[in-house]
Amino acid sequence: MKIILNYILILPIALIWSSISLADPLKVGYIYIGPPGDHGWTYEHDQGRKYSVNKLGDKISTTYLENIPENADAVRAIRKLASSGHELIFTTSFNYMDQTLEVAKEFPNVKFEHATGYKRADNVSTYSARFYEGRAVIGHIAGHMTETNTIGYIASFPIPEVIRGINAFYLAASKVNPDIKIKIIWNFSWYDPGKEADAANTLIGQGADIIVQHTDTYAPCQAAEKAGVMAFGQASDQSAFCPNAHLTAIIDDWGPYYAERTEAVLNGTWESIDTWHGMKEGMVVMAPYNTKLMPSKLIQEAVNMEVAIKDGSLHPFTGPIKNQAGEIVVPAGAVADDGMLAGMSFYVEGIDGDVPQ
Amino acid sequence: MNFDLIISIINIVLIATTPLVFASMGELITEKSGVLNLGVEGMMLVGAVTAFVTLVITENYFLTFLIGTLSGVIMASLFAFLVLILMSNQVATGLALTIFGIGLSSMIGKKYIGTPIVGVSPYYFIVFSFILVFLISYFLYKTKSGLILRAVGESHTSAHAQGYNVIKIRFLSIIFGGAMCALAGSYMSIAYAPMWQENMVAGRGWIALALVVFATWKPGRALLGAYIFGSVSILQMNLQGFGVRIPAQFFVMAPYLATIIVLVIISNDRLRIKLSAPACLTLPFFKGR
Repeated sequence: MKIILNYILILPIALIWSSISLADPLKVGYIYIGPPGDHGWTYEHDQGRKYSVNKLGDKISTTYLENIPENADAVRAIRKLASSGHELIFTTSFNYMDQTLEVAKEFPNVKFEHATGYKRADNVSTYSARFYEGRAVIGHIAGHMTETNTIGYIASFPIPEVIRGINAFYLAASKVNPDIKIKIIWNFSWYDPGKEADAANTLIGQGADIIVQHTDTYAPCQAAEKAGVMAFGQASDQSAFCPNAHLTAIIDDWGPYYAERTEAVLNGTWESIDTWHGMKEGMVVMAPYNTKLMPSKLIQEAVNMEVAIKDGSLHPFTGPIKNQAGEIVVPAGAVADDGMLAGMSFYVEGIDGDVPQ
Repeated sequence: MNFDLIISIINIVLIATTPLVFASMGELITEKSGVLNLGVEGMMLVGAVTAFVTLVITENYFLTFLIGTLSGVIMASLFAFLVLILMSNQVATGLALTIFGIGLSSMIGKKYIGTPIVGVSPYYFIVFSFILVFLISYFLYKTKSGLILRAVGESHTSAHAQGYNVIKIRFLSIIFGGAMCALAGSYMSIAYAPMWQENMVAGRGWIALALVVFATWKPGRALLGAYIFGSVSILQMNLQGFGVRIPAQFFVMAPYLATIIVLVIISNDRLRIKLSAPACLTLPFFKGR
């Protein structure tokens, strides 16, 4: 009897509680690998977060945790967000993959969105951008602009996304300039301005006159500026830091996606999906081309490439593509399918050195 | 391999190693006086951000390095007050200082991230770093004050009995250590990679700390260790750039491995390690005992 009485007492309280929480804004959490001020990878995710806030206003409230290492700390950080009422959590780096899934299992009612990964669950979506489309455009530019025929490429970790970028860049560059050589330094870190500057200076010392980076700070572009060579910005427009070196940059625009997914949770239509958007959808954008450095004909070619990629008439991975052993991996006339792109772990023919295993 | 390339490699090695030299020299003096300060990374970060902000505001390089170094003095004084006057645990307080420094530097620098600045040439600092190592060796082993400093680190009770003010000497050593760490940080944000980015020291403070121990508290060996670390770091990048077919993970590990191996071999005499390790390291000093 007493128990029933308790339930009767609790029921209205529970109802009031749930109606209050319905009126509350949706709490959306973000996990960042670096600080939002890196003017690179995390900066653009934070711009995306701000975009969603502007669009959805007081219907949502967002929280972000910055500088979260890609180890067991990530589990704690994600769990902290999940257990404090966040109903949608974006984990914005590749190596948060297993950590995201681990926490997602514990919180089946919380929705997770993991950037650049490939493991999904009922409450875990993945999303990524086709950065390689931008890499093809800068490869084309580099092929034309280099005088020493040597390109320096600063890479972070040997994950498919980075390897795909190197291949897309090299395929486009060697198409316009078959003599081109690409020197790759693996830094095994996303974020260390000193080390990135060292790598850039090393590559310049070895004769590279264009620096391409797949790390997160503008140190390489700055080093290029100082040494009087050219560079491409990474993840966001970095021309303010290296105006005389910056040719263009590949910008990641996450805003519309973040707004759309947050709205889906608000409307109750969210489901686990895999999104891979590119230039066509506006997730990959090119920064303004440097008119001081690039001839107008080349700028026009780059713009034409963008148009062709958008309308589907150009795919950066169009056959024939051979691997380093000379075996054909994409036959003539065909294009690499998404499965192959997503798991890419080999260099194409013409690139020296081995992919770190 | 041509001449230009060798010059370029040496150049990059010098630029990359200098912060390690400053920080390890500062920590060496602190540890020689018998105090372990694990706050190197935090003091470097605070030095980096303070110097950067000062440069943005005043555009005066002299003031930049003065105030940058002073920030380390303040951080170190805080540490010294806690461990010497309040007798807190050195290891725990040092770790707290690093965590505090990471947070404080992020807070100070928030507004200034991405402000473009004109950096200063690193060469003055490189020259100064070599002079500093010489001066510290001379001070420690050829001057009376150096002998007193070492005596305080070896046996604070004896030094106290001789009439030396142990607390004052340790306080000054800690402050010197802080100043050098902050100078290393200032160098990083103004000369090495002229920018402010949160956590931009990226673990170099810890490497400097390890160098001091592996160099068995000898300034010359710490310099050698720092340069082995720096050279192998840059050399592995060059080998990668030349497409040498060795797993890249090995390259990344190489600087740590090479430094440890060399320093372990040259200091394998256990008795001599015991002799050069400050006997009172991390021990608190109680007056009147």
